[in-house]
Order: sequence, then C-alpha cells, then structure tokens
Amino acid sequence: MAYPYQLGFQDATSPVMEELLHFHDHTLMIVFLISTLVLYLISLMLSTKLTHTNTMDAQEIETIWTVLPAIILIMIALPSLRILYMMDEMNNPLLTVKTMGHQWYWSYEYTDYEELNFDSYMIPTTELKPGELRLLEVDNRLILPMETPIRMLISSEDVLHSWAVPSLGLKTDAIPGRLNQTTLMSLRPGLFYGQCSEICGSNHSFMPIVLEMVPLKSFESWSSSML
Amino acid sequence: MLNVENQKPPKGKWTTPPFDPRFPNQNQTRNCYQNFLDYHRCMKAMNRRGKSTQPCEYYFRVYRSLCPISWVQRWNQQIQDGTFAGKI
Ligand SMILES: [Cu+2]
Repeated sequence: MAYPYQLGFQDATSPVMEELLHFHDHTLMIVFLISTLVLYLISLMLSTKLTHTNTMDAQEIETIWTVLPAIILIMIALPSLRILYMMDEMNNPLLTVKTMGHQWYWSYEYTDYEELNFDSYMIPTTELKPGELRLLEVDNRLILPMETPIRMLISSEDVLHSWAVPSLGLKTDAIPGRLNQTTLMSLRPGLFYGQCSEICGSNHSFMPIVLEMVPLKSFESWSSSML
Repeated sequence: MLNVENQKPPKGKWTTPPFDPRFPNQNQTRNCYQNFLDYHRCMKAMNRRGKSTQPCEYYFRVYRSLCPISWVQRWNQQIQDGTFAGKI
C-alpha cells in the first residue's frame, strides 16, 4: 500500500498492474531520452556563436525529424493499446460481485447464490484502534477469494463515483443507470486500499474501499457465516 | 447466433454468468436488462402453453447475478403497477 513520501506506484498485485508498471517505466525512459536531447540542444544553442542562421531546404534533417518522432509515438501507442484491450478481457469469472456508489459510502452485493449485501462505511478518526489507517479503514470490508478471476460490476445510486484500487490496477467509474464491468484478480492475499476517485460531494474523501483477499476456503466460510 | 447450449453451466453446478458474446463491452447494462426481460418473456410463454417454467431459471440466475438489487426491485414494482417500459 501507499507509504509517506512515496514517489512511484504501489506494488503490483494483479497481472494487469504488472503490465501497467512496465508500460510506465518504458514510457518514462522515452520521456527521459527526449528531455535529455532537448536540454542538450538548448544548451548548445545558448552557447553557440549562431553560424548557419540561413539554412534552407534541408531535406535530410526534415525527413529525420518527421519520421523519428512518428516511430517513437508508435512505440508508445502499441503497448498502450495492448494493455487497454487486455484490461477489457473477461476470462471465465468464477464469481460476480456488484458495488454501488452512494453519497457517501460503497455497498456490495454478492447475488450468485444467496442475496448477500452490505454497506461499507469509513471508520471515523475518533474511533480508530491503534495501527489502523486514518481515512482508509471501513467497518465492512469487501472480502474476496485470491487467485480467482472475479467479475466486478460497478454502478451508482446517486451521482458519479469511481471505484479504484491502485495496487490491482483498477479504476472504474460508477455511473447511475449504467453497469460497468471490470475483471478483478489478486495474486496474493492481503488488504488492498482504495478511495473514491470521482468528486462526488462533500464527503468524497471519506468513502474508502478496503479489499480483503483471502484463500478460497476462508472466503467460503466467511460467506456462509454472513448468511 | 448465441449458442444457448454452450452458455449453460455444467449440470447441477452453477457458478456465475459466463461471458456473453452479445455483450463484449465494459457496459453491461443491457446484459442485465435483456436477461430480466427474457426471464419474464419466458415465464409468460411457458405459462401460456402450460409448460414447465424450469428452463426460465437460467435467465433468472443470470439477471439476479448481474442486476443491482435496487434495479430489480424497481422493475418488479413497475411490473406490478403496470408501468414497466419493456415489452414482456
Ligand atoms: Cu464518491
């Protein structure tokens, strides 16, 4: 999860997030190369005596600085599209879980077998126990089995919200009247934190998301104990 | 066309609605609504012919898994009041 003075992303917990981290590093390298070149050219131009001030019809250099940026853009666009379509893929989910955004909390519905649904409110700062995280803990966590593809359906009961868990590479808008689908998959057990990511009113900052990924056996005993 | 046989889960084992090639996008609103409609159309047709409504159960399980509880409640209320917009 996030820590103070963090500069990079959170550690990846899902294959999609691994891909996103690789893509980020790849793109950042290209940005560094271009910035270095531009900085070098600026320093050259500031320190030179400015010969060749009337160069015209330089076909070779024109071709190079047209084709090279095009190739660089393709090198960014293709991996980006690959991940975009990879995220859209739905591979035989074993469970469907719905989440509805409300002003200002999330509610979760598991209705594959029985009707299990509950609200998930933030724990106010004054009621936190030692070691708990301010503005991030909730009373009822979303408990899910790990290493299992899960179909998350996201919608809203009132205004726009956005359901986001950074370490899983998830961010899906919750739109009233529309059901959005995304695949949720965690490679390891643990607690994963997220926050509403679309300004939704005065308590927008106070509707966090806590995901508790557990082995399938524990999930089964939890879900049967909830009914 | 949609292959209904392939869409069915293994006998006696229900997990969750499988991928539906009619709705390959992120937007699953229609997937939920269409299965809700299909369930009620199926029930109506089966009842009219005096047949068992057991085959309609598939649509019921799919729409129950996909549709938010509040939507189903609202639509059922509208059907009761005779104000439901869909053609059943
Ligand atoms: Cu919100």
